[in-house]
Amino acid sequence: MEITLKCHKIIGGYGEGEALVSREPICFYLTDPKTGTVREKSHELIGKNLANKVLVFPSGKASSVVQIDGLFKLASNNVAPKAMIVKDVETVLIVSAFIAKVPLVDRLEKDPFTAIQTGDFVKVDAEKGLVTITKRGS
Amino acid sequence: MLNGEFGEGTQKAMELLVAIGDALDAEKMIPISCAHAASSGQEGDMYFVELLADGDAYCKVPTTTNPVYDFEYFDKLFEIPKDEADVARRVKEAYMRVGATLSWSCTPYITENIPLYGENVAFSESSATPYVNSVLGARTNREAAQSALAAGVIGKTPKYGLHIKDNRKGTVLVKVEAMLKDEFDYTLLGFYVGKQIGYGIPVLTNISRRPNTEGLINFCAMSNTSGAIPMFYIPGFTVEASTAQEAFHGDLPLDKITVTDNELIQTHKELQTISGKIDFVMLGCPHYTLKQVEQVAKLLNGKKIRDEVALWVCTSATTKLLANRNGYVHIIEKAGGHLVADTCIDEPCWYTYKNKVGMTDSPKCAYYRRFKEAIVARLKDCVEAAISGKWG
Repeated sequence: MEITLKCHKIIGGYGEGEALVSREPICFYLTDPKTGTVREKSHELIGKNLANKVLVFPSGKASSVVQIDGLFKLASNNVAPKAMIVKDVETVLIVSAFIAKVPLVDRLEKDPFTAIQTGDFVKVDAEKGLVTITKRGS
Repeated sequence: MLNGEFGEGTQKAMELLVAIGDALDAEKMIPISCAHAASSGQEGDMYFVELLADGDAYCKVPTTTNPVYDFEYFDKLFEIPKDEADVARRVKEAYMRVGATLSWSCTPYITENIPLYGENVAFSESSATPYVNSVLGARTNREAAQSALAAGVIGKTPKYGLHIKDNRKGTVLVKVEAMLKDEFDYTLLGFYVGKQIGYGIPVLTNISRRPNTEGLINFCAMSNTSGAIPMFYIPGFTVEASTAQEAFHGDLPLDKITVTDNELIQTHKELQTISGKIDFVMLGCPHYTLKQVEQVAKLLNGKKIRDEVALWVCTSATTKLLANRNGYVHIIEKAGGHLVADTCIDEPCWYTYKNKVGMTDSPKCAYYRRFKEAIVARLKDCVEAAISGKWG
């Protein structure tokens, strides 16, 4: 089953990959810059890898300095997410995506946490404002 | 500007501001009076400031800078990897070329760069944004170093978010039943509230004792370590609303939480990871005020820090100058400690403590994991542990 949902472009581009959903905010600095593995203590994604995923999360967090450098380092090492879908966007996250050149969208027409589960295959076309979801196992 | 007629650096700065403005539905650009760029001496920072400086961009309004580290000071003591040192040097040099005010301080809003009530500004840095919005009543979004620098270069910022009065409305009511005894309780409160709310504008009620500058700085920094809090209200003490009702613009809160002594005790417990021997004490994240430096000096006066323990206090160059005049630097150094300017706790100059166990009064310092372990405790407990060599 494939569903296409409208969204709002923040940073343009196209990215596709397996979805990784986090209900907790994310700080990119607390990932391994070489591999993209989350290493934040007590985070629901600890041990999971962000590399080449379509990352679905509520918002960014933590100091602006580390957030941007964190995503920039992942991108420099080619282990950044392919695209990002968020609920609450703020400036720091926009700048992070701008510098790291990772497509970023928000305002998905359905709640992203109901529409997308970890493991679904997701295409994010930020330019056209469309997110296409293929459910896992379908 | 977008066509490059003012040079490539200005063009890049404008591109970023336009991307932000478009994303957040800004209707126009508005002039700003000043900016603070949270420079960091890290690679992402270097990429953007060099992009601007190489393209001949130059700040149009006063734009202060965040700490990197005092290379000369550390170079005498430790080995700093050459590639890391090169990055820091290049970043510093690029901020100079781009015409920034080289404050190298993360709390410029109390000394070098103080906006007025109602002014539009662009301040990055986790404690700076909420402090400027809430305590000073100027208007800024939670900027990144790059968007603040771009705004400083253009002299404008997109009008969205907290530049618009309607968006400055409180979102969550935080009933503070806990007794806030000192600045450290504001540290714990900030860390807890940020973690509970994530992103939002809390309105703190029930606080009867007047908070001080240091307490408010701590609340700002820690709530933006565990969460993203661009603004908050303590009606009666912060400037923009004198009652909770006014802070919520007459509406109902979206959510309510209560903080009792128990939540603060629990938060502190979680941050006191271990006990036993310590190798270092790290203070000044955010940069210590003169009052805090004085507190450290008083606790160290006539005492000796244990030989195997290092004690560091980070502050601004301005504060260090005053601390020197007042004799605090002498006292701290005589006891075996260091007061260092221009330096952030999240920098490669601290390599030597990478596998060491230490103490700090800042969960922000502990959170970034430059060290094996950093136990969080009150300033007084940290200094006493530096003298005794152990905690708990």
